[in-house]
Amino acid sequence: MKIKNVTKFKENIYRGIFTILAFASLFFLLGITVILFKEGLPIFQKVSVFDFLFGRYWYPTHADAEFGILPIMLGSLWVTIGALGVCVPLGVGSALYIHELAGYTQKSVLKPLIEILAAIPSIVYGFFGMVIVAPFIQRTFHLSVGLNAFTGSLMLGIMATPTVCSIAEDALSFVPKSFREASYALGANRWQTLINVIMPAAGSGISTAIILGMSRAIGETMTVLMVCGGAAVIPHSFFQPVRPMTATIAAEMGEAVMGGAHYHALFAIGLILFLFTLVFNIIAEIISRRFRVKLGLGR
Amino acid sequence: MDEKVRMEIKNMNFYYGTKQALCDINIQVYRNRVTAIIGPSGCGKSTLIRLLNRMNDLIPHARIEGEVLLDGHNIYGPDEDVVDVRRKIGMVFQKPNPFPKSIFENVAYGLRVNGIKDRQYIRRKVEKSIKDAALWGEVKDRLNDSALALSGGQQQRLCIARALAVEPEVLLMDEPASALDPTSTSKIEELIQELKKRYTIIIVTHNMQQAARISDYTAFLMLGQMVEYDLTPKIFTNPAKKVTEDYITGRFG
Ligand SMILES: Nc1ncnc2c1ncn2[C@@H]1O[C@H](COP(=O)(O)OP(=O)(O)OP(=O)(O)O)[C@@H](O)[C@H]1O
Ligand SMILES: [Mg+2]
Repeated sequence: MKIKNVTKFKENIYRGIFTILAFASLFFLLGITVILFKEGLPIFQKVSVFDFLFGRYWYPTHADAEFGILPIMLGSLWVTIGALGVCVPLGVGSALYIHELAGYTQKSVLKPLIEILAAIPSIVYGFFGMVIVAPFIQRTFHLSVGLNAFTGSLMLGIMATPTVCSIAEDALSFVPKSFREASYALGANRWQTLINVIMPAAGSGISTAIILGMSRAIGETMTVLMVCGGAAVIPHSFFQPVRPMTATIAAEMGEAVMGGAHYHALFAIGLILFLFTLVFNIIAEIISRRFRVKLGLGR
Repeated sequence: MDEKVRMEIKNMNFYYGTKQALCDINIQVYRNRVTAIIGPSGCGKSTLIRLLNRMNDLIPHARIEGEVLLDGHNIYGPDEDVVDVRRKIGMVFQKPNPFPKSIFENVAYGLRVNGIKDRQYIRRKVEKSIKDAALWGEVKDRLNDSALALSGGQQQRLCIARALAVEPEVLLMDEPASALDPTSTSKIEELIQELKKRYTIIIVTHNMQQAARISDYTAFLMLGQMVEYDLTPKIFTNPAKKVTEDYITGRFG
């Protein structure tokens, strides 16, 4: 009787602690969202939502200030797409290599090595991009500036590659060995097996890997601040300097007058960034859920 | 008795790394007969049957000595195409392992990867294979449903249908009924009797009654050695070796 009560009491304490922890993170998330809305929305008293999103000029400090973030969003978009162009083939390709072709020893060296790459601080990538990659790009393509969307994409892509590779490789190795054996036993060769059985079965994991790589690219700040060139103009080619959303906020927040229009505009950019990543994550969740149902693993 | 040899295992040694799993195995497998491999757990039954369609090629550090002949050709020969070998020697695994695809696609898969594009042909072949595997009545109205929605016994018969679709010359079965209930098991046993008219079947089982019921020949393996290989009635009524008798009568293991 007594023992039972003590157990019950303990259980209630544990329950309480975990509930508090769970709600704490929810509370922080909610707090951040509320602040983003509270500090971001006032800008729309000054400019309409349409003008804000699709305005072509970002002159936040002019006497006659303009708050069009189209060039900034396009900057993010270009750099993110460019980064995907780098990290998807590199990341998925290396995952396939490690999974399919690398021998046992190679695998046991490569996988941890790539995971270490993911742990390099972004400032190091930025530094590397600025000092080595940018001058190289400038010389190779005979450009006036080496700090541009292309260099940014390249650096972001390289940064996101370990994430993509590592998650994609995990996904591949979670595919039951029995699928591969069944396919081989029917006279399928290695590539047929890979494309028709292994990849579809690992599909949700691979898409998650790509979307997380994308989130990493769009949310990355330090590197883009350092290597993208920083011009808030609508980019017409990959070799022009751009100023992605994160870089804009990081660069300008210090000089924006608190509570002023510029300040609210920067928060509104943060809000939009937040909505983008939210949408990515929802898409990732939907995809992985669909695949899980297809694989019969339940919801 | 004049039996035609379909497969022959000659002086087979097999090693997982430095550990020897099979020791000088010699077996002749006859055409249109069911050959059972029995023996205590861990004696190398799965290892042996997987050697017959080169499934063990996938295992790192594994090494094989000796020959496996299919109609006189060594499937481990230097010019032998392993994909071709596996198409000729089909396999059904211990645990049902349908692909996460529709019932139809599971059976069509083997045809597609072997380059068959004719839809009409594929449709007919899928139907015929599922009928041969005694599953048609249960799935004919839901061929596009996921194979994973089937019961274990149905899944295993689907795996058999899938193997039959590519018309192998030999069918290997590694404890195909071990995960199934008695009803499904007897269905699969009946099926094997039916299939042996057209195929040569090698089946691993640790169920001795099953071996006695369905096989024509039985090989008894112990600790990687082949103790005895003979006609099934002989093994079960009058074995040549004492250990065989002890095992059959359940006096150990
Ligand atoms: N991949 C592997 N690597 C190393 N050793 C293995 C491997 N697979 C099997 N073995 C070993 O080889 C021996 C034979 O295994 P095998 O799976 O062929 O036995 P089995 O007769 O099929 O047993 P069971 O009836 O339990 O299925 C066992 O001692 C097992 O531990
Ligand atoms: Mg086994």
